[in-house]
Amino acid sequence: FMQRGLDSQTKKLLEEEEKKIISEEHWYLDLPDLKEKESFIIEERSFMPCEDLLYGRMSFKGFNPEIEKLMIQMNSRCKEEEIEVDDKMEADVSDEEMARRYETLVGTIGKKFLRKRDQRVLQDEDEDGNSNTRPSKKAKKKFLKPQD
Amino acid sequence: MAAGSGVAAESCVGQVVLPGDVLLLPAHPEEDGERLRLGAGAAPRGRLLCGPGLRRCAGGLLVTKCGLLRHRPAGGGAAGGAYWVDSQQKRYVPVKGDHVIGIVTAKAGDVFKLDVGGSEQASLSYLAFEGATKRNRPNAQVGDLIYGQFLVANKDMEPEMVCIDSSGRSSGMGIIGQDGFLFKVSLGLIRKLLAPKCEIIQELSQLYPFELVLGMNGRIWVKAKTVQQTLIIVNILEACEYMTAEQRKQALAKLSGN
Repeated sequence: FMQRGLDSQTKKLLEEEEKKIISEEHWYLDLPDLKEKESFIIEERSFMPCEDLLYGRMSFKGFNPEIEKLMIQMNSRCKEEEIEVDDKMEADVSDEEMARRYETLVGTIGKKFLRKRDQRVLQDEDEDGNSNTRPSKKAKKKFLKPQD
Repeated sequence: MAAGSGVAAESCVGQVVLPGDVLLLPAHPEEDGERLRLGAGAAPRGRLLCGPGLRRCAGGLLVTKCGLLRHRPAGGGAAGGAYWVDSQQKRYVPVKGDHVIGIVTAKAGDVFKLDVGGSEQASLSYLAFEGATKRNRPNAQVGDLIYGQFLVANKDMEPEMVCIDSSGRSSGMGIIGQDGFLFKVSLGLIRKLLAPKCEIIQELSQLYPFELVLGMNGRIWVKAKTVQQTLIIVNILEACEYMTAEQRKQALAKLSGN
């Protein structure tokens, strides 16, 4: 219906008329703007937040170890304050044992990546080391007489 | 609204309320004053949680279910005080966020249809399991039990379930394993069993090792080492709704004696 050849003025008039018609057809509410009511009441249809219910999957006396781990995890989410207090978890391995193991571990894995020559050298060093310490100790202990 | 004047909410806590009662909350005149000064509302202090059985209405809360009114005073964190109605029913209505046990009834296209005890069957997509891809589909047959939570649950749409949480981990949800026994109890008993310090569960856990899954739709699944132990636990859970604490202790003493 946009006819070509119309003058710009008539076009404008037509558009304005269309707009009028369209805006009259739009519905609008005659009501005054409702104030937003106090939004400090939250409606909730679930019982979970009201009663702090536990997690539904449970296992007792080690019947299903994964679920027992899960139980501790889930139920501790609710009581996070307690976890902050018990920061030191019981470790399976004590710290000392861990340190000892780590010491030897570094050595053994390091050896794995040495070339054969270096490995031999290491072995000789170990043997020499053992035999060298003893005579050197003896030598230190003995008092050497100054030669005249 | 032909209702008479309401009663103060705090005075009814622990008493029976009936649908149609209006509960008045203590007014907060300071709030409005602050709002006008600040313009955009500041975060309101003391947000109130209006739980199941209650609705917001002009002036306060409107009761929609009959039962006992419960109140939890404002604790730590974001939760302010909470009011709700503790009612009893057997029929479950799907609610968003609830963990339920569903039974697979059909596999249609990319979706499982589950029976959760509501008015409609819930749908569960194949991809809503941990580690599921289009090629790696979960292995669930018709008749299997699935523990999941509702993603969508309102009166206008078909309920949808998922078996992963918002971070993508399954956290215990998914297909429940073989064997075991599924039975139905009322919803009030489930809430009692899931309460933080439930004596029934604590006492049962002393008896034998067993596994238990509680769905908010009233379904409980139990699995123990022998069929007899499983049935004993089932009978106790069904009966403990109407037993007093002493009767229950007597029953358990007999069992542990045997």
